Amino acid sequence: MTLKEKSSLMDEQMIKRTLMRISHEILERNKGPDEIVVVGIRNRGAYLASRIVNMIKEIDGNEIPLGILDITLYRDDLTMIDTCPVVHSTKIDFDINDKIVILVDDVLFTGRTIRCALDELIDLGRPKNIQLAVLVDRGHRELPIRADYVGKNVPTTFNESVEVRLKEVDATEGVILLIKEKDPI
Amino acid sequence: MKVWTKKDLVGLEVLSKKEIELILETAASFREISTRQVKKVPTLRGKTIVLFFFEPSTRTRSSFELAAKRLSADTLSISTSTSAIKKGETLKDTMKNIEAMQVDAIIIRHSASGIAQTLANCMGPSIINAGDGCHEHPTQGLLDIFTIKEKKGRIKGLNVSIIGDIAHSRVARSNIWGLKKLGATVTVCGPRTLIPKDIEKMGVNVTTSLPQALKNADVINILRIQIERQKAGLFPSLREYAIRYGVNREKLEQYAKDDVLIMHPGPMNKGIEITPDIADGKFSVILNQVTNGIAVRMAVLYLVCQSHTEVVEQEL
Repeated sequence: MTLKEKSSLMDEQMIKRTLMRISHEILERNKGPDEIVVVGIRNRGAYLASRIVNMIKEIDGNEIPLGILDITLYRDDLTMIDTCPVVHSTKIDFDINDKIVILVDDVLFTGRTIRCALDELIDLGRPKNIQLAVLVDRGHRELPIRADYVGKNVPTTFNESVEVRLKEVDATEGVILLIKEKDPI
Repeated sequence: MKVWTKKDLVGLEVLSKKEIELILETAASFREISTRQVKKVPTLRGKTIVLFFFEPSTRTRSSFELAAKRLSADTLSISTSTSAIKKGETLKDTMKNIEAMQVDAIIIRHSASGIAQTLANCMGPSIINAGDGCHEHPTQGLLDIFTIKEKKGRIKGLNVSIIGDIAHSRVARSNIWGLKKLGATVTVCGPRTLIPKDIEKMGVNVTTSLPQALKNADVINILRIQIERQKAGLFPSLREYAIRYGVNREKLEQYAKDDVLIMHPGPMNKGIEITPDIADGKFSVILNQVTNGIAVRMAVLYLVCQSHTEVVEQEL
């Protein structure tokens, strides 16, 4: 099975505009930046979170705290998968008690990553509330989880996959819809 | 790709450079967990880990137990004095019975060199060596290396001097294997009677002169004089040992570098191999070693308990 590019869902400019809109929405819904902290989920969610923090600073002038969450240790499939994921560290060096935590990830799919992140956040403290921001929501939830801020809703099928490419880690920037194709025999 | 294929951790001799680096990287990620208010992650939920200590231990045993508990594993401690070994049951029978209780990992300390490998060969659960005779103490070696890397930023090219009873020291052996694999230069120093024959074959420099070992050293790892073995008459008296090989302020100021690290695996005989002002002084990272020990042991438990064939970068 190989993945083949089907279409481009977002380009660099579009990602920028979308994140800017989400940043405005975050400020609007929470009436300013006072209690907000932003936490990105490794790997790409962390870069998106950092961009949102910069944009909020651009809009409002306030520097809000940025944290990074590694959810590996909270996965529910550790005993079932036959590969052992590399553990990276969680870096949240501020108090999240009574804060509004904006959790950021690139693609919302089954919701299991978010479940891990919620469990980990709650082990770190008791936030006032947790809101979820994602660049793409591709559907197919397996848990009762929804996003508060969505960049783009993309209805997909199970043999499709959504890939977010960011300059910080990938050479290019964009959101791509991929389709699984059977290898020719 | 980073690969962990070992069911057991018997020693650093049998690990590759890559495997040692993977443990160190994983440990760095685990360190943050012990600084949280809720010092627990659910990773090893449902796993059972047995601590089998046939020799006394404070640090290693509590460190392993805390590491297991902070990963949410269940732990069971067995010591010789309260087990049926007292009634004459053999070690292998005891172990087979523990295995029959469906445990996932057994951490063992024993006075017989090589016991960890023997058990690893005949047991299903992961065997983790917590010190076997004069052979190896791999997690101590790993936490020493982790602490050096944390403070110095690298291992390659550093000069590390290990001072004291090299012959009886499993800590020295694990340190030598690990440090050599990562590219450090290791010097061992002690009275001739406490330096094993042919130790040069491990790739270390040997000296009987303490000033020689202190000069140019980036790290000085001071070993405990095992007073229980003193009866063998390997050196004339503790007082003489303290004068010739004890590390004190004057010797450090005279010979050592300004940014030297002082390490000791504990327990210390203060006033013999190390003076109290040095052990508690500004060069000392002895308590950092203890703190890092938990993160290193969490990493080891995570890797061996997963007992998977591949460690890969992946996302949900």
